[in-house]
Amino acid sequence: MKYLIALIIGIISGAAIFAAGVAFNPFVGKQGLSPLAVTDSQTVTLTYSGVASDDVVFTNDGESRISPYPEKVLQLWEASIRQTSASVKILRDGRGQVAGLGIKISSLSEATRLFAGKAIVDSVWYVYLPGRGGMFIEQTENYWDFLRRIVLPAYRSSANIWQGSWIGNLTAGPGALGTAKVAGSSGEFSGLEMLAVESLTVRAWRTVGGPLAAEGQLLIELPPDADDESPVDEALVEDE
Amino acid sequence: MARELSSGGNVLLKTFLVGILLGIAATAGALYSLPAVDQHREVSLVTVAPNGGNQESFHINIPMDRIMVGTAGQKAGLPAGLDWPQDDVLAGVSAELFKIRNARDVVIGVAARTVAKEEASDVIDWVLHIPARGTLFVNMAPDAQEGGHRIGRLRTGSNEFALLKGFVVERWVADTSGEEDAPAGRIELLATYVGTAEPFE
Repeated sequence: MKYLIALIIGIISGAAIFAAGVAFNPFVGKQGLSPLAVTDSQTVTLTYSGVASDDVVFTNDGESRISPYPEKVLQLWEASIRQTSASVKILRDGRGQVAGLGIKISSLSEATRLFAGKAIVDSVWYVYLPGRGGMFIEQTENYWDFLRRIVLPAYRSSANIWQGSWIGNLTAGPGALGTAKVAGSSGEFSGLEMLAVESLTVRAWRTVGGPLAAEGQLLIELPPDADDESPVDEALVEDE
Repeated sequence: MARELSSGGNVLLKTFLVGILLGIAATAGALYSLPAVDQHREVSLVTVAPNGGNQESFHINIPMDRIMVGTAGQKAGLPAGLDWPQDDVLAGVSAELFKIRNARDVVIGVAARTVAKEEASDVIDWVLHIPARGTLFVNMAPDAQEGGHRIGRLRTGSNEFALLKGFVVERWVADTSGEEDAPAGRIELLATYVGTAEPFE
């Protein structure tokens, strides 16, 4: 009997050791520098609040950590969309002024491989900037670094809260360099194929309710030949 | 006696160590082979169009599939408690969120329709997101055709739809069944896909 108990305790210990090794392996899920951080092209920078209650609308299956907002919004409870969330956000320019509207729809991805440090979410953005035009952004996001640096420490905290300063790129593809694909659809973006990176800055996160203080950023690289043709809005466009 | 105890302790320790190795192997195997995410899939109901390409029909039952209706100046938005931004910049932009259904009336995804009033012409765009398959992005023509329907171009797509081109026809179909719990009508989206050839490697 004592050997069986030793074996079971050993198995549990082994599982815990392996899980800890995966979670804290510094070589897995490590984020590199965003290729757009060193681009020579013009970029459009848009920011948004990362707190769901700051959204115009946020909805999911209603049973996830982050509650839908407003409270009476229709929830995505059907089997096909249970792992999906949708939100409408106000996008701001570099000066903090309202620049447009962003709609983000995200779904957990079957490409998720915890063994390899991949907590993947497939997401799309529709961004409309009045007076300038609209665009569609397609990306895969990897939340592995977010999970191990914010979510795990929050669960280990006696107050179930994480506080600090974490800045990370969420975009991990589908571009070869870890960038999102952007298709311009109207206005000055019409017909343009661009690249983008979404990043998140988190200052406080709790296990019940998710982000308390967070801000997201969309960095969109305009194609080199768009520099001369597009009218430049100084508040939105930063020349790197 | 001491030797027997020591021998028993060694076996116990070895059993514990074997357990650790088994635990590591079992966890590694489980993480490697078991899917962490498994999206529910409905059968794709695609038909071959008589003049080439494939067709797929989506629809939205109104009002039950409407998640959000937001537009500047509206008195009562949907959902209740919606605080649509009143900033002047967004005065000409309205957006709607829906659940979308396949031809069997099963919810398969989430869609967004935006309308932006610009000086030159209105901009009307659809995003159709089907979690297990991908996303369609459609630019609609600003003007409706005769009969009230509107035609849009499939601008781009992701995953399953990434290599497809084609167009989407949007039309409103009022309900005529007269049933008590029937929707007021439905927005029909008929997508026609035309594939693009992939080069041989």
